[in-house]
Amino acid sequence: MTLSAAASPAPTPLVQVRGLTVEFATEEGALRAVDGLDFHIDPGETLAVVGESGSGKSVTSLALMRLVEFGGGRISAGSILFDGSTGRRDLAAEPLEAMNGIRGNEIAMIFQEPMTSLNPVFTIGEQIAEAVRLHQGANDRDARAEALRMLEKVRIPEARGLLDRHPHQLSGGMRQRVMIAMALACRPKLLVADEPTTALDVTIQAQILRLIRILQEEMGMAVMFITHDMGVVAEVADRVLVMHRGKKVEEGSATEIFARPRHPYTRALLSAVPRLGALAGETLPRRFPLVVIEDGAAGVAGSTTQSPPQDTVRGDRPLLEVGDLTTRFDVRKGLFGGLTGRVHAVEQVSFDLRAGETLALVGESGCGKSTTGRTIMQLQTATSGRIAFKGRDIFAMAPAERRRLRQKIQYVFQDPFASLDPRLTVGFSIAEPLLTHELVPRAEIDDRVAALLADVGLLPEHAKRYPYEFSGGQRQRLCIARALACEPELLIADEAVAALDVSIQAQIVNLLMELQEKRGLAYVFISHDIAVVERVSHRVAVMYLGQIVEIGPRIAVFENPQHAYTRRLMAAVPIADPTRRDRDRPMLEGEIPSPIRRLDDLPVVRPLVEVAPGHFVARHPIGDFT
Amino acid sequence: MTDATVASLAAEATRTPFGEFWRRFRRQKVALFAGLFLCALIAVAIAAPWIVPFDPVAPDYEAVLEGVSARHWAGTDAYGRDVFSRIVHGARISLAVGFLSVSLGSLGGVTLGVISGYYGGLVDSLIMRICDVLLAFPGILLAIAVIAILGPGIDNVIYAVAVFSVPVFARLARSSTLSLKRAVYIDAARAIGVADRLIMVRHLLPGALPNVVVYFSMRIGTSILTAASLSFIGLGAQPPSPEWGAMLADGRNYIGVADHVTLFPGLAIFVTVLAFNLLGDGLRDALDPKLRRL
Repeated sequence: MTLSAAASPAPTPLVQVRGLTVEFATEEGALRAVDGLDFHIDPGETLAVVGESGSGKSVTSLALMRLVEFGGGRISAGSILFDGSTGRRDLAAEPLEAMNGIRGNEIAMIFQEPMTSLNPVFTIGEQIAEAVRLHQGANDRDARAEALRMLEKVRIPEARGLLDRHPHQLSGGMRQRVMIAMALACRPKLLVADEPTTALDVTIQAQILRLIRILQEEMGMAVMFITHDMGVVAEVADRVLVMHRGKKVEEGSATEIFARPRHPYTRALLSAVPRLGALAGETLPRRFPLVVIEDGAAGVAGSTTQSPPQDTVRGDRPLLEVGDLTTRFDVRKGLFGGLTGRVHAVEQVSFDLRAGETLALVGESGCGKSTTGRTIMQLQTATSGRIAFKGRDIFAMAPAERRRLRQKIQYVFQDPFASLDPRLTVGFSIAEPLLTHELVPRAEIDDRVAALLADVGLLPEHAKRYPYEFSGGQRQRLCIARALACEPELLIADEAVAALDVSIQAQIVNLLMELQEKRGLAYVFISHDIAVVERVSHRVAVMYLGQIVEIGPRIAVFENPQHAYTRRLMAAVPIADPTRRDRDRPMLEGEIPSPIRRLDDLPVVRPLVEVAPGHFVARHPIGDFT
Repeated sequence: MTDATVASLAAEATRTPFGEFWRRFRRQKVALFAGLFLCALIAVAIAAPWIVPFDPVAPDYEAVLEGVSARHWAGTDAYGRDVFSRIVHGARISLAVGFLSVSLGSLGGVTLGVISGYYGGLVDSLIMRICDVLLAFPGILLAIAVIAILGPGIDNVIYAVAVFSVPVFARLARSSTLSLKRAVYIDAARAIGVADRLIMVRHLLPGALPNVVVYFSMRIGTSILTAASLSFIGLGAQPPSPEWGAMLADGRNYIGVADHVTLFPGLAIFVTVLAFNLLGDGLRDALDPKLRRL
């Protein structure tokens, strides 16, 4: 690591950016996405560019590649000096055609979406070979051999077989490896990685981060790593550049930024980052301490307030009982749609939940946590099992009673941008449940909507506005207000904070906990983010391949994990502390097995074993864990 | 709460979906012009009985096949009737046929399309297969078949044109319903317990509306043309009704000696259909969600 830069004579920077300003033409005039930015990247180092959405971090990377012009942007001022093989050049002033020799060859880029950045028509081998041919002028056979070598380099098992496959046959993690292989095919001096792991599961993310680090050392290239995730920053960065609204807020070495952030914005950002282990030793959840920040202005009140523990669990009888719940989807193939297999999304899941309690369902994509939530909400039909609300079996209810139940159980979706009808005012959206269930006389609806908006921290006059006028965090508040309109007793939050920036995420989590305290709500909190789960949950259920592998009080599951999968999952979580980077941790190798099974191949499910009071663990073989 | 932007939000003015549409549509100069022209045409058509200089159906054998003059702005036809007056009266018929037939067709089509898209399965297959059958006929042939059953006459032209508008609107509404049905806010509405009927009317229909409006405008042009064609071959408006297509049919025998008898009704059809199409283009540009930055 290049922490000794001050002692040795400063190396000539590989990239020196001065006064970079990027503007986009919009209907309301020029929008300045990046404003007078200065930074440099030294050879072989990793510079992490962090910031929340709209901070200009991605635009900066696109400007560096001169790809920003294709998105309608314009570099209106500043210089980007790059120390390439043909001497020092100002990339901001190069003609666009000249950039073709630099892009891919000397600066390579990988993107967030491995799903869409590969061409679906060509095989993996053809695509890597093309990159090699284009930039190195190799013939077909050499290019194919080089492609194979690159795939082996990014640690893809059975690389030879992969050459002839198409992108849709690969998982997200594998595709990202292929993208990296393509990017590195020409041994670039600089790799620009724009949120390369954001769309991946934590265990896969840990593998990719480790891979990038190993390759960087092998090839001696510099990496510009763009991310919003402070945990990832702590894992990879030598130096950190913090951006806010197109401007540089702070720049420094990773250890410095994490240990002694100078700017209040950086402090606020860091305080909002959920850190796994923050509640070690505590039995009850506790709200995030928040640094209040007013529009990035300096000299804000930097007070962190410690909140009391969330002691809200009430009642002896469970509010919700789920017993042996199973949800499967048919897989049909062929001309006549013959049934060839089933997706075992949820497989004999059982748990219960008391009033005022938060049960977190954690796991990686495809583990069935969302399907469990959707089945409880009756958005999905269960294959078998039992769901009882206040002791009444949902499946045995008459349709009318079941509809009324929809009032008592509410759902908050992941994407606040998609869960409000864009054509209706938010006031109407919030009033819709009131109208549907006739909870309030029509004359009082406006007052109720205003009160609900106030409950979630918005103003009554917002009711007349349309969803597009709100930010992501505000929209999620609206969705919560809408759910609260029904006066539910159970709220299912399906990745409700996953799409939000960290500071907003912390606010929404705190809001949920505040509402729990005031109204005694029970939550099923579905999340892949273990650090957030630590903050909110009283109990945790870890899901893997449609089954609960471990369930118990949060402190027991987090501090004394019994199942091997739980341990791997915990170890993969990036920790926002660069000094703990080199900790030894068991990695999950390879991929998570598919939940699709043949018709005659039923999974083995046995009752969980109680290892401590209320702490149950699966002892039977599931997937790779035998 | 500490969301700093909450207060700042209250300052700027709200843009309603309609306001947003109008802001975009205003900039489409050609479409705006076409729209104004059509408004004027509608006004003239409504006022026709009071503003035309001559009776559109009363023959005048003193003035047969006269050319363009200050007295007869578009000349006279073989019965000495003033062509200009007939065209103005014909606008009433053509516009009425266009609007009524497409209104009927879109009402039926959109209803079927939304139902088909929302429920899927057997209902969907049934409705869509019927639409496929209807679409397999050329539109004019289908209209002729309908008229063969109902008998000639302008009322029946309206039903005939409506029938072959139904499947296109059904497909249009179904496709937008299919894509919107996957939206999270539809799940959200179901989670709240909103009834299917209300989900369709409140959440799915408004989403389909922009496409329907665009197609509605373009379809009126096509319908006017079809109605004129039917009248031309004698299945629509009966003489002496001043329908544009019928006027063309009357005039074609004299095309060598008095070309104005066919020229002006032809121009009327051409300009009106063009205006509806241009208006549709402009509406599409203003309503296309891909161009909108909501």
